[in-house]
Amino acid sequence: MRHRLLCGLLALGLAACSGDARQGPPPAPPTPALIEAGWPATLSDWGQLAVGEGWLVLGEGVTPYTLNTGLFTDDALKLRTVWLPDGSASAHYREREVFDFPDGTVITKTFYYPRAGQDLTRVSGDGFSMQHFDEGALNLMAVRLVETRILVHRNDQWDAVSYVWNEDQSEAELARTGAFVDLTLISTAMGEERLDYLVPNVNQCANCHNTNTSDTIGTRPIGPKARHLNGPLDGTDDTHSQIQRWVELGLLTGVPDDLPAAPIWRGETLSDPSAINAAARGYLDINCAHCHSRTGQADTSGLYLEPWEPEGANLGVCKPPIAAGRGTGNRHLGIVPGDAEASIFTYRMASTRADVMMPELGRATVDEAGVALVAAWIDAMAGSCG
Amino acid sequence: MAGLRISICILAAALLAGCGGEQTRDVSGFDRDYQQTLMEQLLDAQPGTVIEIPAGEFIIERGLSLSGVDGVTIRGAGADVTILSFAEQRQGAEGLLVSGSDDFTIENLAIEDTIGDALKITDGTNIVIRGVRVEWTNGPSTENGAYAIYPVQSENILIENSIAIGASDAGIYVGQSDTIIVRNNIAEYNVAGIEIENSRNADVYANIARHNTGGILVFDMPHLPRPGFGTRVFNNEVHENNTANFGHAGTPVAGVPAGTGILINSGDGVEIYDNLLRDNRTGHVIISSFFSSGFENLELNSDYDPYPESIWVGPNVYEGGGGNPDGLELQAMRIAMFGPTGRFPPVIWDGYVDPDKMVDGALPAEQRLCVEGVDVLNADLPNDASNARVESETFRCTLPRLSPVELEL
Repeated sequence: MRHRLLCGLLALGLAACSGDARQGPPPAPPTPALIEAGWPATLSDWGQLAVGEGWLVLGEGVTPYTLNTGLFTDDALKLRTVWLPDGSASAHYREREVFDFPDGTVITKTFYYPRAGQDLTRVSGDGFSMQHFDEGALNLMAVRLVETRILVHRNDQWDAVSYVWNEDQSEAELARTGAFVDLTLISTAMGEERLDYLVPNVNQCANCHNTNTSDTIGTRPIGPKARHLNGPLDGTDDTHSQIQRWVELGLLTGVPDDLPAAPIWRGETLSDPSAINAAARGYLDINCAHCHSRTGQADTSGLYLEPWEPEGANLGVCKPPIAAGRGTGNRHLGIVPGDAEASIFTYRMASTRADVMMPELGRATVDEAGVALVAAWIDAMAGSCG
Repeated sequence: MAGLRISICILAAALLAGCGGEQTRDVSGFDRDYQQTLMEQLLDAQPGTVIEIPAGEFIIERGLSLSGVDGVTIRGAGADVTILSFAEQRQGAEGLLVSGSDDFTIENLAIEDTIGDALKITDGTNIVIRGVRVEWTNGPSTENGAYAIYPVQSENILIENSIAIGASDAGIYVGQSDTIIVRNNIAEYNVAGIEIENSRNADVYANIARHNTGGILVFDMPHLPRPGFGTRVFNNEVHENNTANFGHAGTPVAGVPAGTGILINSGDGVEIYDNLLRDNRTGHVIISSFFSSGFENLELNSDYDPYPESIWVGPNVYEGGGGNPDGLELQAMRIAMFGPTGRFPPVIWDGYVDPDKMVDGALPAEQRLCVEGVDVLNADLPNDASNARVESETFRCTLPRLSPVELEL
């Protein structure tokens, strides 16, 4: 209850001025439901999350988690949760791939922004991980909910869909065909930008989440891997690894002593070359490697960005593009060591054109901090391309 | 030389882009409601689903996709009457992306004016693209999307009776695939008309490739999971592929000189015969290595073969062409060797050969470059063209013939 009382008071003040709904004590946690087929029309049917009295609360046994380095999605903040049905087996540890989750597992990811004014369409791009989330509740007086994505493991496969939050933030409704949400994004770095926020449709979920085209599993989670979870939960004082927490909660078994860890990076500017290298590789891992791997959907490009790939042509170093089209930006090589300006990598990251930008899906604005990180990494790289 | 050629291409492309070209088709009267229906049909598709798109002109604002559902057919009422226009596209790197969906057929419709690639199909087996028109309606422009019809990493592919116009890379591009037939298509006003890249067992026949920068290309690129082998290019009409290169610098096709009929770059196991090649102003058939594509000094993966080998250029009909090659250096070479009104011979080879494969000064019999009946310009690029020369007898040889591609669809 560190901040809740204070936040509540502030929010009450805000609400009093704006005439918005008042904030009371957070509602009781809902009970998660096992939904074995189909898609209920509203998010509340899942029982994973509930809203009321100006709060969003997690269901019973629903565990929040954060990733060491997150995927950039137009500066949206993300509340990620995992839930395993009562009495089910734990998820099983895997070193590199996503954990083996049991049937019934539900993973949610709620995309939200800090508000930037009373108009719900004006949101802030300056938020930080788990901002306004405390003690299991998200303060809705301070944030705008956009969408909640569900990944559910049932009948030995993962199904994915998104629910879009309504205008009074009281419910999220099924959006199989996705949606555009018109927002104005206000940030220190970019000032005021119009944001055509895209909620993906069901097929688009697979464009990123089918991370292995050589098996028949199809869609699966991306984030819940050992290296991304091997760090503390953001927004708490707990410094223990989330892996340990998952084991204690009975969510995970089969964990070895030696664990991989992705670097923790939150957009800060780094100066130490080894820190830049680690952060850049971590950034490329979580932002790109779900497609750019030896089995991913972008294996057609011959560009592989998983963290264990050696520094060489398949990492983009001195590599000519294959089918980049306009994406080359009149540059000849993926990475020119020491010269980010001449490298296709940073050109595509800094673009918002649909046929140029990377990633292809999931953003309509530029991750300025991410571009700066990868540019610093390339600029510090030794060698030349002959 | 390649560097110079590329700079010229950039200049040409810049001029072309500066002129603006023609206008994209006016879509103000197009239907805007159907796109939601089509998207839902794609989301609801089950094995065996046939999505019938009626005649009509439809605005599509978001990239469409189909993922992991086998046996789906998308069928229009004709490539002239069922038009999906992406002229007002707001999102998506492709017009339609089909991934991991076997036994897929798309036919009798048009896809126009996508921002990026128009029709991309990945990881599929038994893919039929029939009677599809893909077009950038403003004509050739660097602003156009890269690939029109683009199956990649797929097997058993049939592309027939289709039309590709205006792609800023390749009109019909088959990459990293196996067992392919491309027939009875028209590719025009693209940078590359038809391109087969890092693929095995491809038959390209009875197509018309005209007014592209390069008509038909067979490429092998480094750093990819698989090399290509076995492409037969026959009975095609390849003419007037003289459009200035409007590709993006840095792409493999940006170095293709305007006026190229059929180009083999690094590809192995290629047969070119019974084609009609007419008025391609640089050269009707060009055989080159990766080293001539602007990346001379790069370190290549050890299992990559940058040299074109096992090439048979059989009997073709050659008319005109070769008299006005793209680029100052080729033009100077032409005048120096053949006089102000002279022409390059029908076949041009860049002269790169793998020294490690040479036996007594020649390639082993099964890896040779064989050309029937016509002279070959050996451009001697490894020595900066210092000994460019016309040869013929050194290319008189035969190779074991490739087998016809048999599709099991």
